[in-house]
Amino acid sequence: MSFFKKSPWLIHYDGSSCNGCDIEVLACLTPVYDIERFGIINTGNPKHADIFLITGAVNEQNKEVILNIYSQMPDPKVVIAVGACASSGGICAEGYNILGGVDKLIPVDVYVPGCAARPEAIIDGVVKGLEVLENKYRNKNKKK
Amino acid sequence: MRILITSILFILLTPIAGGLLAGVDRVISARMQKRVGPSILQPFYDVLKLFQKENVVVNVSQNLYVFSFLFFTIFTGVLFFIGGDILLTVFSSTLAGIFFILGGYSTHSPYSFLGSERELISMVSDEPMVILMAIGMYMVTQSFLIRDIIAFNQPIIYYLPGVFIGYLFVLTIKMKKSPFDLSMSHHAHQEIVSGITTEFSGKSLALIEIAHWYENIFLLGTVFLFFAPKPILGVMMSLIIYLVEIFIDNTNARVKWQWLFKSSWFVALCAGAVNIFVLFINQS
Repeated sequence: MSFFKKSPWLIHYDGSSCNGCDIEVLACLTPVYDIERFGIINTGNPKHADIFLITGAVNEQNKEVILNIYSQMPDPKVVIAVGACASSGGICAEGYNILGGVDKLIPVDVYVPGCAARPEAIIDGVVKGLEVLENKYRNKNKKK
Repeated sequence: MRILITSILFILLTPIAGGLLAGVDRVISARMQKRVGPSILQPFYDVLKLFQKENVVVNVSQNLYVFSFLFFTIFTGVLFFIGGDILLTVFSSTLAGIFFILGGYSTHSPYSFLGSERELISMVSDEPMVILMAIGMYMVTQSFLIRDIIAFNQPIIYYLPGVFIGYLFVLTIKMKKSPFDLSMSHHAHQEIVSGITTEFSGKSLALIEIAHWYENIFLLGTVFLFFAPKPILGVMMSLIIYLVEIFIDNTNARVKWQWLFKSSWFVALCAGAVNIFVLFINQS
């Protein structure tokens, strides 16, 4: 039995977002949405996290940081791209320093649409991510 | 034989009690912030999940330190609940803390370095008052043995009100509650990432969490000691004091280490040492 669905801890990283999606991510923590009732904690520490939440597109300066955070997270882990920019580059896609969506750099498991993504959509995305997390854990055990 | 049974019961039941206490803590904290909060079993889910995660080890020695932290925390609790020497429990809980700090240092991360340093400072801050508590109990009951302290005919708080107040102050440091939670970030405040636990993941983090459950139960046990001849009052008081700690946790902002150090030694001197001085004059 796996307990990932019961206690997903997440880390939130702001790529080159306009902060619209970040505000919505933080809104999930407020009493209105209260994601802690699902056991979700915003850890701020890659080594404790199961879910990597990225807002905003990847640019030349933060690609190292994203790779670093991603590689520090212990397995199994899930990457969720929140908002249009993180999913595809969005309105920033043509920028001279923009690589594009997060999937240009690391494998993304769930894409949350919206500009900015609504808190309900983000929570839905995280719940979807939990299934992926659970599957990854099962597959890891099968390989053994 | 009784000692063996008590120790086994303590080792088996404390994680359940400690985990539930942590769950209640999180639900009450959430309600204080007008949130619904997680399930009361959430700490168990967290720990079980951590056991299923990959354990990233930065330095092999960190495993030994984390294990020793857990081992000596359990040892402290066992010593306490079989009615052993109170001074020895104080020293072995300090030793457990030292192993935790060594674990933080061994990972070579700047954040866990900072966390370990702050943990060391909070240890220096709370230690005088803890020792004064042991001395006070000796002066009242003429014994360092916990079974004799419990068997004393009156609640010790009648003789040691100052020591009790000082000990409550220090309890906030020991439980890593908000104004004094410098060494380990909890949930929202992340200015040094996760402080001393930054580099621990998976199984190691789960063991640290379990050690904290044991530690909390031991600390509530020491509160019980002040009311020992009246067991119901004692249990009620230790639960009320845990509620007060949650309240303090939710209403106070984190302080700087200078303030932590000054205030805890000031309280130890004013409340604890004065109380013991008065006792000394009375007895001589």
